[in-house]
Amino acid sequence: MNRRQALILTPAVALLLFIPPAAAAPRTHIIIIDKMKFGPVPPGLHVGDTIVWRNRDMVRHTATAADKSFDVDLPAGASGKTVLKKSGVIPFTCKFHPGMRGVLNVAR
Amino acid sequence: MTAKFLPVAAALALLSGPALAATGPTDPQIAHIAYTAGSLDITAGKDALAHSTNPKVREFAELMIRDHQAVNDKAVALLNKLHVKPEANPTSAALSKEAAATQQKLNLLRGDAFDRAYIANEVAFHRTVNGALEKTLIPDAHNAELKSLLETGLALFREHQAHAEQLEKTLK
Repeated sequence: MNRRQALILTPAVALLLFIPPAAAAPRTHIIIIDKMKFGPVPPGLHVGDTIVWRNRDMVRHTATAADKSFDVDLPAGASGKTVLKKSGVIPFTCKFHPGMRGVLNVAR
Repeated sequence: MTAKFLPVAAALALLSGPALAATGPTDPQIAHIAYTAGSLDITAGKDALAHSTNPKVREFAELMIRDHQAVNDKAVALLNKLHVKPEANPTSAALSKEAAATQQKLNLLRGDAFDRAYIANEVAFHRTVNGALEKTLIPDAHNAELKSLLETGLALFREHQAHAEQLEKTLK
């Protein structure tokens, strides 16, 4: 590679490096509810991603955001979805069993 | 004067310690006790729906009926799978007898008096049953699936106890 080519390529490489994560295709993450607990919250959540809540318990639960941004009814054995619409730290609970808790950490 | 306290300590040890392990309840008896406790709470919940007009109390009663029914259904399915037949025992009988006496008292009450008595009894009932699950029924259960069901049940019933305790404060 001569000096002239290197000069042209550099901006392209720089652009590639600076593509923000938000531009990545939305992803789907699964959070499993089992034995009266929300399972681990996956890392790397972004606005536009989908959370699938899978209730493996014998009783009905909900996935309910403290800020009311989502409230998903989850009958025993059922699944439900939440599309993440805002960034930030969002604590959630089951409104029937408020001892069950978790926190979503959503980046832009 | 530590000697003074020894007899009490010894008595407690006999009640809760390994002395009872040899004669602890069997799996069919444990299943019967857990199922009976659930059924009694479902009945109490249905009575509450017939008597109470307080939305918070009704919501609690509905939750008790739904959750305890779900656990009992799961228990029946497990027992069928394991070919285990629940076995009547003095503990189940005592629970039923006490619940019948409570039901009689509650049925004489109306309005706020009913709500307070129902919820106070739910607090006491869940405390008793949760204590029994924790100290006796779960440690004594032999079958791993039965033990696991009881453990999940205990986590659920602790939520019920906390809910009832919270509700009890608002009714005073």
